[in-house]
Amino acid sequence: MIERSPIFDAISYGVMILGLMLVLLPFWITFVAGSQSIQEVTQVPINLWPSSHLLENLQAAWDRADLGPKMLNSFLVASGVTIGKIVLASLSAFAIVFFNFRARMVCFWLIFMTLMLPLEVRIVPTYAIAANALQPVQAILDVTGISWLLQTLSGVQVSLEWNLLNSYPGMILPLVATATGTFLYRQFFMTIPDELVEASKMDGSGPLRFFWEVLIPLSRTNMLALATIMFVSSWNQYLWPLLITTDRATYGTVVMQLKALIPDPTGLPDWNVTMAGALIIMLPPLLVVALMQRWFVRGLISKDK
Amino acid sequence: MERRAFYRNGTLPWLLIGPQLLLVLVFFYWPTSQALYWAFTLEQPWGGGNTWVGWDNFAAIFRDSEYWTVVGRSTFYATVTTLLSMAVALTLAVFADRALKGTKLFQSVYVWPYAIAAPAAGVAFRFIFAPESGLIGAINQMWPGIWNPAINGWQALGMVIVCHAWLGIGYNFIFFLAALQMIPKSLSEAGAMDGARPFRRMLDLQLPLIAPTVFFLLIMNLISSFTDSFGLIDTMTEGGPFGSTEVMVYKIYFDGFKGFDYSGAAAQSIVLMLLVIALTIIQFTWVEKRVHYH
Repeated sequence: MIERSPIFDAISYGVMILGLMLVLLPFWITFVAGSQSIQEVTQVPINLWPSSHLLENLQAAWDRADLGPKMLNSFLVASGVTIGKIVLASLSAFAIVFFNFRARMVCFWLIFMTLMLPLEVRIVPTYAIAANALQPVQAILDVTGISWLLQTLSGVQVSLEWNLLNSYPGMILPLVATATGTFLYRQFFMTIPDELVEASKMDGSGPLRFFWEVLIPLSRTNMLALATIMFVSSWNQYLWPLLITTDRATYGTVVMQLKALIPDPTGLPDWNVTMAGALIIMLPPLLVVALMQRWFVRGLISKDK
Repeated sequence: MERRAFYRNGTLPWLLIGPQLLLVLVFFYWPTSQALYWAFTLEQPWGGGNTWVGWDNFAAIFRDSEYWTVVGRSTFYATVTTLLSMAVALTLAVFADRALKGTKLFQSVYVWPYAIAAPAAGVAFRFIFAPESGLIGAINQMWPGIWNPAINGWQALGMVIVCHAWLGIGYNFIFFLAALQMIPKSLSEAGAMDGARPFRRMLDLQLPLIAPTVFFLLIMNLISSFTDSFGLIDTMTEGGPFGSTEVMVYKIYFDGFKGFDYSGAAAQSIVLMLLVIALTIIQFTWVEKRVHYH
């Protein structure tokens, strides 16, 4: 605080409270509508105070959208992406920063370039690769003539296939194949002083031991930040799981179920159940962000800048 | 930056980086090159491989006046969403940066929209804007039929834009606040000594100093509003009414997966990719050079 200016302070509070209302309004309406009965929710104008039907609406939404198994799927996919990303990103950043090998910069740029194109813009071909993840191997075998050779020698036609549609790897792996985490870990590893590496070498410990006993404990904050960002973004995925799961009943995630909760224009406008469902689905990532705020804010900023 | 102390090992770095490289090659480079291949070929009906057609697929989409309408709409969507979201977030960040008592509480709530899935926000906003429900719909009681996004295309587009902008507030707020907090306190103090009131200092001192962040966020927001609108549009309007909320990503999805026009969708994907790449390049070169703290 530099000078006292009571009037300007009052204006500041005014703006901040308006902002608070703007940000909270959708949450509040979701909560209020989710707690009302169908008579109350169809009232015009609506009463903006919660009513007493929250539990039964939550129950109705849970049953209607079959949220039990869908929750489990969402948790499996989100934790799969989070863990996969942390493991792969820390290992690859370790190789890029602490090893001197010829293709180091090429590898870095190969990974870094993936930041440029979000999954959404290459959705059609990524879908095709998910239908058969061994397609590139097959292409290599065909082009180099190995499959022709094998066919003439053994009479067996080579057609490799690994279908990822309707499977957890299919939902997880394409989301892991980006540079976000690698970049975050790289930024952090660059700040490790050379002396630390030398000291560890002098103690006679090899690279893996250095990684496990020095780098991993030091990068704990980094890991929490990355975990928060990855959990939230993979929980909230919509387009990719929608494409890759045709078997909605077994592999559907909660976010995909939102659309099924919207009342049919010609049917009963039971928005109270829809809103109760939306509330359940928003809650896990919101809790993660609220609890981890301190770490993830730091991670987000160093990731993108 | 080169490291003086490092490890030398022939195979270990490859083992460490291998899994990541493999994933990136299979799920990024292969599909991207595949998109290029499809964009220049046409798939034969009933199998039989692809025939090379050169620029025909691009010519076909560029000839289509409907495609240009979609591009124009996407540009409008991205611009308005970006400006709206950044303006709100910047205002909040500027006042939060004054660090008055209780600001911490406000700050943590401003971040919340970051955590929300676009389709979840879409469903909530769809209810808020539903003509038959008691919020915005209440104005229909005074002037019957004045608000109906299920019929009026502009209202539908406006509704989606408001929701997308709301979703971006959290992310933008984090970056704006961080940038403002990096400005040395002594500068504001010097300004105050020269007699600049707080509002004047915001306009003449803080805003120019965070210009790099403003440009960074401008690009990030444009990219995300060009590419990341599918979840919202699918839950709020499904591209309707009469295609008035159909943007580029939605059209790619529709032509590719509903129309089975892989070549057309691939050509459209390439156009969108080039757009995103161009924005990224602007970000890396132009912005880094032009916007300085001086």
